Amino acid sequence: MIAVVDYDAGNVKSVEKALDKLGAKHVLTSDPEIIKNSDSCILPGVGNFGDCMDKLRSRGLDSAIREFAASGKCFLGICVGLQLLFDESEESPGVHGLGILKGKVKKFESSEEIKVPQIGWNDVTSVKGRLFEGIADGTFFYFVHSYYLDAEDKNIVTSKTSYGIDYDSSVESGNVFATQFHPEKSSDAGMKVLTNFLKIAGEI
Amino acid sequence: MLTKRIIPCLDVKDGRVVKGIKFLNLKDAGDPAETAAAYDKQGADEVVFLDITASADSRDTQLSWVRDVAATLFIPFTVGGGIRTTDDFKAILREGADKIAVNSAALMNPDLISDAAMKFGSQCVVLAMDAKRIEGTDRWTVYKNGGRVDMNIDAVEWAIKAEKLGAGEILLTSMDADGTKAGYDLELTKAIASSVNIPVIASGGAGSCKDFYDAIEVGASAVLAASLFHYKELEIREVKEYLKERSVSVRL
Repeated sequence: MIAVVDYDAGNVKSVEKALDKLGAKHVLTSDPEIIKNSDSCILPGVGNFGDCMDKLRSRGLDSAIREFAASGKCFLGICVGLQLLFDESEESPGVHGLGILKGKVKKFESSEEIKVPQIGWNDVTSVKGRLFEGIADGTFFYFVHSYYLDAEDKNIVTSKTSYGIDYDSSVESGNVFATQFHPEKSSDAGMKVLTNFLKIAGEI
Repeated sequence: MLTKRIIPCLDVKDGRVVKGIKFLNLKDAGDPAETAAAYDKQGADEVVFLDITASADSRDTQLSWVRDVAATLFIPFTVGGGIRTTDDFKAILREGADKIAVNSAALMNPDLISDAAMKFGSQCVVLAMDAKRIEGTDRWTVYKNGGRVDMNIDAVEWAIKAEKLGAGEILLTSMDADGTKAGYDLELTKAIASSVNIPVIASGGAGSCKDFYDAIEVGASAVLAASLFHYKELEIREVKEYLKERSVSVRL
C-alpha cells in the first residue's frame, strides 16, 4: 500500500488517478501513523515551499516523512515534493526544509526568453538510475515551477534539464527518489517513470 | 529546452463535446474524456476545455465529465467557462483539472485572480482574454460575456495587471482573427507577449502550419486551435513536424 501524503497542497488528484490507472493500491492520508506503516510513500504537490513546510509540520508529517525515508522503504517526491526534501529554498528564506537530502532550491532568473514559472514540456538529459529504466535520454516531461534544485551531492542527481541554466531535475539516493517534473502529467513517458517506481517499491 | 506547446481546445456543453460555428447549430461531437485522450495520442501537449453550458445550475451538477477526463488524460488540462468564485476553482480542481481559465468574472472582479493565485497557486490561474482591435489603431480592448460587451479596457494594460495579480498564463483570443483561418493576430500577440513575463497562449485564427509558426515567432509560448484539429484539417503531429523543421523546439 502506498501512502500519498495529503497536506492540502497542489493537485494530488492526478497522482491518485495515475496510480489507479497503473493498478497500484494507495491511500490519501495526513495521518503520520498510516504513513509510517505504509509500504511506500509519495509526496506530491504544487505550492509555496514555506506554506508546504508549515502544512507538513502542523500535521506532524515532517517527522513522519523523515522517519519513513530513513526506514529504507521507497519514497517518491514530485515537484515541490522534491524541493521539500532539501535544506532550504530561496522561495521562503529562513524556512528549514525536511533536510533529508543536502542542497538548495533557487529561483530561476527571468528574462525575455526565460518566463517564470517554467510551464510546459522540457527534456531531461544525462538520465541515469532506476526511475529512468527504458527511457531515452532527451525524453520530454511536463514541468511547472519557478524554483530549481541545486543538489550538494551531484552523485544523487539522475537527470538534468536546461532552462536558462542546467539544473538538477531528478534525484535518487538509496530508497529516496524525486522528480521536479510531473510524471503524472507527462503522458506515456511519465507513466513509465511511475511504473518504474512502483516496480522498485514492489507495489505492482 | 522548453518546448512550444500545441493545445487543442474543446467546447463542452452539458458534459458533452459540441461543435458549431459561433456557438450556433451545436452538434454532439463525443465524450470529453475520449476526445481528449485521442488528442493526447496525437501529441497534444495540453487540452483546454471551454464549458459553454448555459445555466450555472446545470454546470455545477455536470462536473463529472471533469472527473472522467482526469481519470483518462495524463497530460495537463484546463477548464474554463462560467468560473465566478474561488469555490468554483476548488470544485473543478478537486475533480482533477490542472488549471482554471477565468475571463468575464476576472474583469468584473480582478481580485478573483489574486485570491485564486493565493489559494491554489499562480500555475493554475489562466487569464482568458477576448480582445478586439479599436479600428484604425494599434490598440485593443477586452470584451466580456463571450465577446458581447466591450469593457473599454486596454488589452495590454489588462494583461500587465493580471500578471501582477498573480495570473500564471494568459490565453489570448483575438476576436478579429477568430474563425477566419487567416492566421493569429500577430500584432496583438506580440503586443501582449512582449508586455508580460508569463506565458501567452495565442488563440483565434489558425488555418495553416505557418500560422502556428508565426505566432511563436512573435512570442507566443503556446498556440491553441479548436476547429482546425477537430475537423482534422490539420493533425497536431503535422504542425509539430512543420515547426521542428524550422528549428522550433517541440515535443515529438
